[in-house]
Amino acid sequence: MLLDNNKVTNILMVGVGGQGTILASRILSFLAQDKGYDVKVSEIHGMAQRGGSVVTQVRMGQKVHSPLIGEGQADFMLAFERLEAFRYLSYLKKSGTMIINDQAIAPVPVIMGLQKYPDSIVETIKSKVPDTIALDALGLARKCGNDKASNVVLMGVLARKMGFAKEQCYKALEAKVPPKFLELNKKAFEEGWNIQV
Amino acid sequence: MKELLTGNEAIARGAFESGITVAAAYPGTPSTEILENLVRYPGVYAQWSPNEKVAMEVGAGSAIGGARTLVTMKHVGVNVAADPLFTLAYAGVNGGLVLVSADDPGMHSSQNEQDNRNYAKFAKIPMLEPSNSQECKDMVGLGLEISEHFDTPVMLRITTRVAHSQGFVELGERKGGEAKPYVKNPPKYVMVPAHARGRHVVVEERRKKLQEYSDTCPINKIEWEDKNIGIITSGIVYEYVKEVAPQASVLKLGMTFPIPTGIIREFAAGVKELYVIEELEPFLEEQIRMLGIEVQGKDLFARVGEVSEKMVAEKLLYVTRYKELIDQSVLVQGVEAETDVPIPLRPPVMCPGCPHRGVFYTLNQLKLTVMGDIGCYTLGALPPLEAMDSCICMGASVGSALGMVKAHPEMQDKVVAVIGDSTFFHSGITGLLDVAYNKAATTTIIMDNSTTAMTGHQDHPATGKTLSKETTNQVDLPALVKALGINRVTVVDAFDIDQLKKIVKTEVETNEPSVIITKKPCVLLTKSENLPLTIDKDSCITCKKCMKLGCPALTAGDDEVTVNTALCTGCGLCAQLCPSDAFRKEGDVVGQQ
Repeated sequence: MLLDNNKVTNILMVGVGGQGTILASRILSFLAQDKGYDVKVSEIHGMAQRGGSVVTQVRMGQKVHSPLIGEGQADFMLAFERLEAFRYLSYLKKSGTMIINDQAIAPVPVIMGLQKYPDSIVETIKSKVPDTIALDALGLARKCGNDKASNVVLMGVLARKMGFAKEQCYKALEAKVPPKFLELNKKAFEEGWNIQV
Repeated sequence: MKELLTGNEAIARGAFESGITVAAAYPGTPSTEILENLVRYPGVYAQWSPNEKVAMEVGAGSAIGGARTLVTMKHVGVNVAADPLFTLAYAGVNGGLVLVSADDPGMHSSQNEQDNRNYAKFAKIPMLEPSNSQECKDMVGLGLEISEHFDTPVMLRITTRVAHSQGFVELGERKGGEAKPYVKNPPKYVMVPAHARGRHVVVEERRKKLQEYSDTCPINKIEWEDKNIGIITSGIVYEYVKEVAPQASVLKLGMTFPIPTGIIREFAAGVKELYVIEELEPFLEEQIRMLGIEVQGKDLFARVGEVSEKMVAEKLLYVTRYKELIDQSVLVQGVEAETDVPIPLRPPVMCPGCPHRGVFYTLNQLKLTVMGDIGCYTLGALPPLEAMDSCICMGASVGSALGMVKAHPEMQDKVVAVIGDSTFFHSGITGLLDVAYNKAATTTIIMDNSTTAMTGHQDHPATGKTLSKETTNQVDLPALVKALGINRVTVVDAFDIDQLKKIVKTEVETNEPSVIITKKPCVLLTKSENLPLTIDKDSCITCKKCMKLGCPALTAGDDEVTVNTALCTGCGLCAQLCPSDAFRKEGDVVGQQ
C-alpha cells in the first residue's frame, strides 16, 4: 500500500524503551516533510522509557490535526519486537501493513517466570494480517556491524513499502544520522530495502 | 523557514524569539525539554533551580527587575510554586513573565492529574492554552505582551500530548532581549498588609480588564461551519474535534481564563446544539454555565484521563440529532486483538546495573515499612522488590516517616524513608530538619546516584555542573545532613549488599534520627567497565535467589537461570546473592578464580 495524497497516512511504531524508535520516526518525518506533507509525531518520554512498552506515532498528509493514532487507524505498523506487535494489533487497519522484527525481548513478568511469552506470534499475526512482513532485523543489523542499526533496517522495509524513492531516503539518513554512523546505517537501510516482499 | 518541533522545543523557540533573557525551572515530565532547549540559544540565561518554588521566585525577581522571563514546571510543580505565584499575582511584573504548567492528563509520568487551569482562576491571572507546536511558540510571545500590558504573570498550560508531539513551526528572528530598567516601588512590590490591600483592588480591576480583552484576543475565535452543532474547546482536544467533526462549528479558546463572554454568547446563540469538550475538570463548562448558557459537557465526557478522537465521536453520536456531521471512520474496527493468549504486561523497570536495586532488595529482606518518594526508585514498589509503602509527592518520604513513627512509636525500628539525591535537594531537606528537630528515630536513606535520573539526567546542586554545563559549587551531602542536626550519617556503596544490610539494621534499631547515603552514579551516566556475567550451569542449583532482584538481564527457565549478556552490566549484585558461586565474568574459565 503506497502513500495516498488525498488522505492522512498513519504509521505506528511500537517497541521496547531503548530500541531506537525515535531515530526511525525522525527519518520518517524527514521523508514526509521532503515530500511537502504536513506531519505530526507523538513520542513517549519519562518513566515509561525505562524498559517499558513504547509507542511512537507518525501521521502525514495534506493537513494533519491530531498527533495521535486511534485503534483501527494505523495504515502501517512497524513493530520492533514481537510481543509489542501483538499488544498493539488492534491499532492496525484490517487492510494495513505489518512490518515485524522477529525478535523477542522478555518483559519482567516473563523473566520472573510469572507469565509465559506467547508462542507463534508471527504466525498468528500473519493469519490475521495478510500484508505482513516478518524479518530478522537484528540479525541483518549485526551483519552490517552493529545490533543497534536494526531500527534502520526496519525503516528500509517501511520506506520502500510506502513508496518513497531511495535517493530521498539516503538524503534523510544523511540529515538524521551522525556522520560517524552514516555508512553503517546506509548498509543497514539497504538490507531492509532489499527484503523480498 | 519551517521546522518540525515538539511543543516544548517550540516554547523554547518562542522564548528566544520574544526576547526572554532569564529562565528558571526544576525538571519534570512533560516540561523538562523546554529549558534543555532554551539554554542552547544565545542571549538567554537559563538555570535549573533546586525546586519549583525557587524557580518561581527567581522568575519573580527577574520580572520585577524588568527582564522578560520564563518559568517552567510540571503540573504538580505549580503546587510547590503556588506561594510565590499567588502573591506575585498581586505585585505584578515589570518585564513580562510566562509560567509554563505542563499538565499530564492520563498520568503518563505523574502521581496525579490535577487540572492546573484552576490555578489561573484561583490566582486571578490569565491562562493561555496552545493546541499545537506553532501555537506554543506564538503564545509565549502573546503571553509576554499580555503580561506587560496588564501587569500580571501569565500561565501557559500545555499537556503531555502538546509538549511531546511534533508539528511544523514557522521560525522568526529574535526581538528585544534587553531588560527594562528596574524602578523601586515598595507599594507595588512589598506585599505587607497595607500594600497588599491596595494591590488586591488593582487585581480585581485587572481581572475585569482582562475579561474585556478576552473578547478581542485573537486566539479566541469562532470557526463557523454547519450551525447545527457548535463545539467549544481548547488545547489538544481542539485538534481531535477538527479530525472528528470537521464540518461542525467550533469556538476555539486560546485564552481560557478569563473566558470571552461576548464571543461565547454569540456562538451559543448561533448554534442548535452546544457542546464543550475538555479534558479533566469542567473548567470552561462552569464558566459558561455561569453565563446562564445551557451546554453539554461533563455529563458526556469523564473527568478522568485523556479525551480521544474515538471518545469524541462516540459521545457526540450518542446525543446529537446531526450524526452526518460526525466522521465515523474513527470508529472502524481494526485487526481483531488477540484474546486467546494472555499478553504479558511490560511495565517500566529499573535498568540492569541500577544502583537502587540492591537497596530495595535489602529493604524487602528486612521487611521494613518504607515511606517512598518520587524518582526512578519509585519502581521499587513493583514486584519482585515490592519495598515501598507510600509515595505521595516530591520530598514526602522524610516527613511521612516521621508521622508514621509518631502515630506508631512501637514501629520506630521498622520505618525508613527513601529519597533520591535530586528529590532530597528539591524538598527533602526541610523534612529532615523536622526529623532532627522533633527527634524522630527514623532512618532516612538518601539514594545518591549523582543526577536527576528519571527526567533524563539533569544536573542539580550536588553534581558540580549547571544547566549550561558550567562548573559550579557542589554541596557536600553528608556535611549538609550533619548541619541539619543529624548526628548519625553513614555513607555506603549501593552495591555492597552485606555492608548495606548491616548498616540498615543498625540504624533502624538506633534510638535517634539517622541517615544512610547509598552512593553510586546512575548506570546510564557511566559506561560500565565490568564485563557481563555468565552462569556456570554445573554450579547453578536453580534456587533462583538471584531472581528476587528483578533484574531484566536475568531470565528464569524451569531448570536454569540465564544471563542476557547484551543487557548485563556486570554490577555483580546477583553474584553476591548466589549460594553456589555460579556466576562467572564473561571469558573466565569455569572453575578458575
